[in-house]
Amino acid sequence: MFKLEKKDAILLLIVALMLIFAPFILNPFPENSGLAQFNAGYPDLMQRFVFFGIFAIGFNILFGLTGYLSFGHAIFLGVGSYAAIWVMKLLTMNILLAIIVAIIISGLAALVIGWISLRRSGIYFSIITLAFAMMSFALAYSVLTPITGGETGLQPKVTDPRILDSALLAGDTPKANLFGLDMTATYNWQVGDWVFTFNVGYYVAAILMFLCFYLSIRIFSSPFGMMLRAIKSNQQRMNYSGLNSKPYTLAAFVISGMYAGLAGGLMVAMDTQVGPERMFWTASGEVVVMTILGGAGTLVGPFLGAGLIKYMENIISKINVGVLHDWFYWLPDWLENFVVTIIYPFVGKGWNLTLGVIFMLVVIFIPGGLVEGIRRIINWFVKRKNISASREITDSDNMQQAGEIQQAGEEAASRGKNNG
Amino acid sequence: MAEAAKNIVLHIADVHKSFGGLHALADVDLAVEEGKTHAIIGPNGAGKSTLLNVIVGKLEPTRGKVVLDGELLTGKKPHEINQMGVARVFQTPEIFPELSVLDNVMISAFAKRDGAFKLNIMNSLESETDIQEKARKIIIDFGLDKQINEHSGALSRGHKRRLELAMCLIQEPRLLLLDEPTAGMSRHDTSTTIDLLKEIKSTGMTIVIIEHDMHVVFSVADKVSVLAGGRIIAEGSPEEIRASEKVKKAYLGEAQ
Ligand SMILES: Nc1ncnc2c1ncn2[C@@H]1O[C@H](COP(=O)(O)OP(=O)(O)OP(=O)(O)O)[C@@H](O)[C@H]1O
Ligand SMILES: [Mg+2]
Repeated sequence: MFKLEKKDAILLLIVALMLIFAPFILNPFPENSGLAQFNAGYPDLMQRFVFFGIFAIGFNILFGLTGYLSFGHAIFLGVGSYAAIWVMKLLTMNILLAIIVAIIISGLAALVIGWISLRRSGIYFSIITLAFAMMSFALAYSVLTPITGGETGLQPKVTDPRILDSALLAGDTPKANLFGLDMTATYNWQVGDWVFTFNVGYYVAAILMFLCFYLSIRIFSSPFGMMLRAIKSNQQRMNYSGLNSKPYTLAAFVISGMYAGLAGGLMVAMDTQVGPERMFWTASGEVVVMTILGGAGTLVGPFLGAGLIKYMENIISKINVGVLHDWFYWLPDWLENFVVTIIYPFVGKGWNLTLGVIFMLVVIFIPGGLVEGIRRIINWFVKRKNISASREITDSDNMQQAGEIQQAGEEAASRGKNNG
Repeated sequence: MAEAAKNIVLHIADVHKSFGGLHALADVDLAVEEGKTHAIIGPNGAGKSTLLNVIVGKLEPTRGKVVLDGELLTGKKPHEINQMGVARVFQTPEIFPELSVLDNVMISAFAKRDGAFKLNIMNSLESETDIQEKARKIIIDFGLDKQINEHSGALSRGHKRRLELAMCLIQEPRLLLLDEPTAGMSRHDTSTTIDLLKEIKSTGMTIVIIEHDMHVVFSVADKVSVLAGGRIIAEGSPEEIRASEKVKKAYLGEAQ
């Protein structure tokens, strides 16, 4: 399928099914149950899973394969967003053009920033990218205000020129669309106590993410991908084998920048606004955490990491003191208060604390990330199955052994008798 | 003199290299003839590896130049020099330890076929059947077929050397540079390496070999240059070198 190895094709299929059925998978709890707050199947969050999934998948092509740890990739998220919003202001609300321009402009930005940062490697490279991240944020806030809208950010206005679109009717607001298809259009499907939400914007983003994932698989299994792994492994040997590692690293940097730009452009396509906080340096750090948490250098890891973090950020953060008391009302009062006091710092606004703990546990005990964790669990089950399958064979061995022991015992007994 | 105009593959002219006050190489002149195996011997710290580093572009000489088939190598980058046909096996094996033996060899083969950079994402590694086959063949020839899918970092030192040699040879280089290919090897491995070197030599390959083991040198070398204190103190056929008092002194000096 699609010129892929069987294993990769299966992976692609799983991701496709997950994307298609996300509204069901993410909404497992009935609407009025106490667990409904753990449902994540609403458009806003589903879209965010996809944006950050794309961001992390792209970041992984740089970090996971070449080992170059960039602390500045949110810059391209921001650049993509600003580029997209300007397309929406000046040209058209059709998101296709906005997204294409976002990818191109962020690719150019990545070319310049990568070209400079990649003069050094290791920690120096990381620090240079971090410096760029801080500078970009500061610039967006100050000097570049005419382009970025400064602190307030930008959004399409009724008065914008939008020369490719026909004039809006009186009282109409500009709506992001794909050839007329409204991104905010949503259909709710009620099945018994369950409500499933299908949103146009989400599915458009999901299709793009599918393509991004496919491209990532192709890169991973291509000679180009092998060269990127070679960079991580031994740049010296690469150079003495006739390979110029510089353009390879730069290409990886630009490709990952373009993924980020696409993610940024998509954000604008869905919620038609942008502010400089999108490129704050902590956002660059977040994608690093996502990638490592899920499994750097693996295909699905970054996507899983992004999903887990966005889930916690949006769901765990909603658990407040009231909710905790509801959960533990059945405990004696003093114990209830005690438990709530212990747990409270880790939920609600403290969700970062829980994430920190999880991150540390993963890095220390399963350095390969969630993907390695899943692999270990699968291996464990497979092994157990094999053991029970091989038990029948060993059982017959045991029988034989038992027979021998019995025989030996009898001999000893008869010897004892003779001696006695 | 009788057979004039021998084809010189590598020409090192008046090369100096100093590190601060240390003259690692001084007045080095060397000419390596096509199809010949040229050994460079000398005590520890004589500057042998430094000379190779100058050839492959790892170090820039303080003075002088290195020429391959009439083309200047000095000032070029390592990958450019390799693309011009110079392949090197290092004193401590330089391989891709995280990658499989097959991947290691394939990377080399890609470098030869596609040049220093190619954004090749349209093909999968599996669909690159030519490169695959070429790599598998040389891996079998080098007796690494059992380890073909192993991480090369897990190989024994001897096998790592072999792998690095295979990576060089798959590129069919114009000039092969070997830095102590038998160092740390058992007598048995050394003798298989000698056989291997003889085989490579028989293909008409031009080789520069640095070697401590005189048995190896006298088995494979056509010509020997003796480096001591950064200078070439003697040069000649293996027999001449073996007989030279000057060379004996240089080595004895080191031993004491
Ligand atoms: N990059 C460097 N910087 C400073 N000094 C160096 C450098 N490389 C080599 N040297 C010095 O140059 C001299 C020659 O070293 P080189 O490695 O060429 O010796 P060698 O003949 O290969 O010795 P060995 O037989 O031990 O491998 C040594 O004194 C070494 O310390
Ligand atoms: Mg040396």
